[in-house]
Amino acid sequence: MMGMNNKDATLFLIVIVLTLLAPFILNPFPTDSAMAQFNAGYPDLMQRFVIFGIFAIGFNILFGLTGYLSFGHAAFLGVGSYSAVWIFKLFTYNVIPAIGLAVVLAGLFALLIGYVSLRRSGIYFSILTLAFAQMSFALAYSVLSNPKFNLTNGETGLQVYADDPQMFHGPNLPDLPHLFGLSMRANHQMSVGAWDFNFNVGYYVCAVIMILAFYLAIRIFRSPFGMMLRAVKSNNTRMTYTGLNARPYALAAFVISGMYAGLAGGLMASVDPLAGAERMQWTASGEVVLMTILGGAGTLIGPILGAGFIKYFENIFSKINESVLHSWFSFLPDGLEDVIVAMVYPFVGKGWHLTLGMLFMLVVIFLPGGLVEGGQRVMKLFGKKKSGSGAKEKSTQSTPAE
Amino acid sequence: MDAIILQILNGLDKGSAYALIALGLTLIFGTLGVVNFAHGALFMIGAFCAVTVQRILTLSVETIDETRTDFLGNPLKVKTPYVENWFGPEVGAAIIDWSVPIAILFSIPIMLLIGFVMERGLIKHFYKRPHADQILVTFGLAIVLQEVIKYFYGANPIPTPAPDMFSGSIDLGVLVGFDVNAIIYPYWRLIYFAFAALIIGGVFAFLQFTTFGMVVRAGMADRETVGLLGINIDRRFTIMFGIAAAVAGLAGVMYTPINPPNYHMGMDFLVLSFVVVVVGGMGSLPGAVLAGFLLGILESFASTTWATTTIPGINQIIIYLVAIIVLLTRPRGLMGRKGVMED
Repeated sequence: MMGMNNKDATLFLIVIVLTLLAPFILNPFPTDSAMAQFNAGYPDLMQRFVIFGIFAIGFNILFGLTGYLSFGHAAFLGVGSYSAVWIFKLFTYNVIPAIGLAVVLAGLFALLIGYVSLRRSGIYFSILTLAFAQMSFALAYSVLSNPKFNLTNGETGLQVYADDPQMFHGPNLPDLPHLFGLSMRANHQMSVGAWDFNFNVGYYVCAVIMILAFYLAIRIFRSPFGMMLRAVKSNNTRMTYTGLNARPYALAAFVISGMYAGLAGGLMASVDPLAGAERMQWTASGEVVLMTILGGAGTLIGPILGAGFIKYFENIFSKINESVLHSWFSFLPDGLEDVIVAMVYPFVGKGWHLTLGMLFMLVVIFLPGGLVEGGQRVMKLFGKKKSGSGAKEKSTQSTPAE
Repeated sequence: MDAIILQILNGLDKGSAYALIALGLTLIFGTLGVVNFAHGALFMIGAFCAVTVQRILTLSVETIDETRTDFLGNPLKVKTPYVENWFGPEVGAAIIDWSVPIAILFSIPIMLLIGFVMERGLIKHFYKRPHADQILVTFGLAIVLQEVIKYFYGANPIPTPAPDMFSGSIDLGVLVGFDVNAIIYPYWRLIYFAFAALIIGGVFAFLQFTTFGMVVRAGMADRETVGLLGINIDRRFTIMFGIAAAVAGLAGVMYTPINPPNYHMGMDFLVLSFVVVVVGGMGSLPGAVLAGFLLGILESFASTTWATTTIPGINQIIIYLVAIIVLLTRPRGLMGRKGVMED
């Protein structure tokens, strides 16, 4: 179907169904119940799931296939955000040209950086991309925001002001990013019994784009070009000896993943028309690395899982404070309750990064294939002899956590 | 002329920190072949050793002085640090004043221990895994260490002053015949530079003139052969890891009076130190030191008003620009050897 074999097509269909039904799946608890804090079905978080999903899918095309570990992908995300906001400022609030320019500019930027960085491989490559990203951050944060030439608006972040030209902004269009007049913030709330489900235009725009991006990633993974990228990873020297030049392939992968990052950045600006330099900092690059590895680098579904997992738990863990913990463990005797709360407390709330760091270390140490490999192992444990299609089973099993 | 000298001097303290961290990174990379993304965290832990020592020394007992009253008329509560009670007020105050130098003694064993535990407990298992995995696991470790420190010490910078004696500045210009006030330089930065030079010299002397250092150098050149000769090279490399950790830690301890430590100072320095290592040439110890000082001085020149008005913000990006130019023209770095990390 559509150039995919059955396995991939099933996986693709599952992803489509899950993304489109996400407002239901992510809201399993009634709004008034105590469990409602575990609901993730509100627009802001759902948008983040799919946008970071796109970012991670793109990163995986580079890291998962070619093995080049880039520590500077956030730079492309930032370029995408800035270019989208500039379109909003100068021309129109319509998101299509903004996203288009974001992808193109991020691609060009990736071509430039990739051309230089890919002259070296291994650690050098990681450090070079890291240096480039930090340089871009410094440029965006201070250099390009001086009074003479203000491209990024520095610390405040680039945003749309009332006196911006917006040449094609029509009188009856919303004063927010929109898709041909349909505001990205438009939200329809459906109440069924005790449940509230939110259907948000911004989310569905991002979701459709993510599905397209995912389809493209499947095709890349299964194409001869994807095969070449795998060859770069598994044995670069042998590939060179067979008379193939690896660098154009790696560069192409780098540019493609840079464009994915730009797409994610453009979408980020589309749902919230603001671009700040902190999006380009290397911690942001580290985050997408974490997502990809945690989900499973080199697998199709892994990055999406990783992005969903990290964003979901970041959100949930940050909400838990000491009183929530006390209410959870209140069934225990007093002394024990305090001890347990004191032990758990450092890992939740503000300590979420600590949990994330530990989890990440554990995954790298014991489970290099990430959640997908974990799922496959669990499947094997239960005696299903279909280990070959583990990725698919994994998706059915844990995407709801997205 | 005096302005140039002043900028060179200004670059020395940052350059010293870069050089020390880069030296440790290169030591670890040269011996164990591991890229340690947690090295910046070691620098930060060193700085927090100084904070800890300062806090321990200022632990106080609270007494009520009946003869004096505070502004509300209640008896005044006086906090006296324990050390002042034990050693008398003057000696005690001096001890507290000297907490940063005291922290050096305190931090060496701690950093060595952390280094050993890190190598034996974690990094040992990653020799056979791809470089990407090594980067990732040490990156994870760096996050964990940083968050632990943040949990215990909070997110704000903690001022840790140098001893009073060194808090002023010295007029270096007068000593060499310039006008008064032409070259003013804080004492502590001078001390930092001297200290860094001492440590760097010590590490080089250790590697060059001791049997242990000779074996380590042999192991860096050809680990397998040294192992075949019946030498337990792994244990020596573990010790080198500890030494590298201690170097980073000491750099951190001494840096606290220059910049109050906070939990992400390590990451800030790490990125630049990597650039320093790459510019110096991966695996080259003299290269790392040279590049550290060069880039530090370059950064200080780029921070002058003249430079920042010509090209705004040049001081922020100069190091990266130089790194890119060096890598494009001399891919092995300034002093890189052939065959190190070529694939």
